[in-house]
Amino acid sequence: MTERMTGAQALVRALEHVGVDTVFGIPGGAILPAYDPLYDSTKVRHVLVRHEQGAGHAAEGYAQATGRVGVCMATSGPGATNLVTPLADAYMDSVPIVAITGQVASKAIGTDAFQEADISGITMPITKHNFLVTDPADIARTIMEAFHIASTGRPGPVLVDISKDALQAETTFSWPPVMQLPGYRPVTRPHSKQIREAAKLIAEARRPVLYVGGGVNRAGAAPELRRLAELTQIPVVTTLMARGTFPDSHPQHLGMPGMHGTVAAVGALQKSDLIIGLGVRFDDRVTGDLETFAPYAKVVHADIDPAEISKNRHADVPIVGDCKEVLGDLIAVIEGSDQRGDYAAWWTLLNGYKETYPLGYDDYEDGSLAPQYVIERLGAIVGPDAFYVAGVGQHQMWASQFVKYERPGAFINSGGAGTMGFAVPAAMGAKMGRPESTVWAIDGDGCFQMTNQELATCALEGVPVKIAVINNGNLGMVRQWQTLFYDQRYSNTDLQSVRRIPDFVKLAEAYGCVGLRCERPEDVDAIIEKAMEINDVPVVIDFVVHADAMVWPMVAAGTSNDDIKIARDMAPTWENEDE
Amino acid sequence: MSRHTLSVLVENKPGVLARVSALFSRRGFNIDSLAVGQTEHDDISRMTIVVNVEELPLEQVTKQLNKLVNVLKIVELDPAQCVQRELMLIKVKADAENRSSVLELVQLFRARCVDVAADAVTIEVTGTTDKLDAFVKVLEPFGIKELVQSGMVAIGRGARSITDRSLRALDRTA
Repeated sequence: MTERMTGAQALVRALEHVGVDTVFGIPGGAILPAYDPLYDSTKVRHVLVRHEQGAGHAAEGYAQATGRVGVCMATSGPGATNLVTPLADAYMDSVPIVAITGQVASKAIGTDAFQEADISGITMPITKHNFLVTDPADIARTIMEAFHIASTGRPGPVLVDISKDALQAETTFSWPPVMQLPGYRPVTRPHSKQIREAAKLIAEARRPVLYVGGGVNRAGAAPELRRLAELTQIPVVTTLMARGTFPDSHPQHLGMPGMHGTVAAVGALQKSDLIIGLGVRFDDRVTGDLETFAPYAKVVHADIDPAEISKNRHADVPIVGDCKEVLGDLIAVIEGSDQRGDYAAWWTLLNGYKETYPLGYDDYEDGSLAPQYVIERLGAIVGPDAFYVAGVGQHQMWASQFVKYERPGAFINSGGAGTMGFAVPAAMGAKMGRPESTVWAIDGDGCFQMTNQELATCALEGVPVKIAVINNGNLGMVRQWQTLFYDQRYSNTDLQSVRRIPDFVKLAEAYGCVGLRCERPEDVDAIIEKAMEINDVPVVIDFVVHADAMVWPMVAAGTSNDDIKIARDMAPTWENEDE
Repeated sequence: MSRHTLSVLVENKPGVLARVSALFSRRGFNIDSLAVGQTEHDDISRMTIVVNVEELPLEQVTKQLNKLVNVLKIVELDPAQCVQRELMLIKVKADAENRSSVLELVQLFRARCVDVAADAVTIEVTGTTDKLDAFVKVLEPFGIKELVQSGMVAIGRGARSITDRSLRALDRTA
């Protein structure tokens, strides 16, 4: 059935057909025609944010909490360029979002017209794909293609830029359109020969490790991962993007590897003879110096993106495929064989690391708050069913280390791009996608000041997120590096929040939220519990913490994982090295 | 480092050349030469890209190229199994006195003289990179006033075509 309508109506109709229920955005000149039919839509709720960056991160939070495609909308020029950071963020972390931007009229494109920016050109390197649509007849098909590309294969951001005249002109609409993507064929089925090869290496290995990344979560393969781990008894490490994909409480879990990983996880990779990388990309934060990374290990590397395999570390057995299918096939082959590896000696070594070098922190004798304590208590009181959304910096690392994750997708943060300001809008998006769940943002005082304008959106739209601001008055992670590597010369990291500029409690109240403050360890539990009782408006807690706390363990950037430090100038002793 | 010739079939759409060339620069690869034009099928363009890289980075750039939605197919052409050609137009100083010497070289290299003026001739020559380099060398003593060169184009020898299967994929979605 075909109908006559405007391009703008076709856009809204197409969004309804692909199942969009929430769009985060801000209108403006070029996108204005789309906002008129959007006003009438009963299926699509538009959330008016305060900054387009907020719209983009909210779409990311929504996508990660629901597994569906997140949608953001902005006008041409500065509206569109404000989406650049969230698009880059979503590209690095493989988050399926679709950004819809208005563009100046097709005749004006290229003339430096008012609010013109070549957003498809600008976002080429930070989107999975993008489109510039100038013919209203192409709108419906392009929207369908955009959602298909964003959500299949390795997920990622797709931008659809639509000229104002295409939105205004009449066209015929019919659904479903036929997609025209002859060059897009993601491989999801792994090659059975490679699976058998991987199973053979697993059976032969003495010191294997399952190195689990965000791809396993994106594939919804946490149950298969657990089955494989328990079937083989192989230890598991989960990267920043995979926290919760394997339960922290599981005895086979060694924690997070990498720059601020546990000694057990980092040590397991360094000492291993076989790394089974699943949905990972051997990122520099995990490998440290590549030359000395896991020197004895053969590598099985499974990923849906062929370009990730052997990009940083050569894979002895490359497997291109969806992690759910890879794991399913691997389990089937291993179950069909009676050959099992003997990892008793390996576990003795690893359990030694776990016991000798647990994560920890120091309390302060002057009675001031340790940030790690706040986050540890938050995780313990709030529990594993909530979503935890972090910004970027020390608080993010502590949120990864000291909250116990038991559920895939429970931890949402900006991993690859490291985008400060991610937490507040992403928490808002997560809460809108999963209104029945408790959503806590764990943010830093630096991050919080980048995007806290979305508290207004949360308050007005009835999105009762909870925000723990870990306020050490500094750009803490940068300060930590200045402490360690720049002779304690604290150049431009002191935000002077001790002068309460701004006063986060008053700021929260000004935005229609509840503002609370906590400065002593003995008050932490009561204040978190108080926040848990408030479910009609957003809550912001200003946790004023000690400025000198540092994130440990640490592998200094560019150095070898072997040189991990558990505290300043303190290295673990690698026992049984000659085994 | 070694030279590799990639034939890249792409959808004939605006912006595709920008996507491909931007990908090379973003991933840190230098393009030695790039030629692009339509194929026997209106909807498909073919790029011939010559890159100077090691084997491993080449695999990486091929995989990254394959991820571009508008890229249909990538084939690395073996120099021994393909015909490679570049086109060059050269304006050389040549007056009545030495014009015949220049024209003699033109004949030797199976080039063509496409324009003659009182004190210069313009020569068209096609061939492999080596041949063109050699030709430029022998013309240099006369004085080269201007030189323009195309990117290399290349096609595999024998009856097989690299476009057949991509065409079928295109037909399925059209």
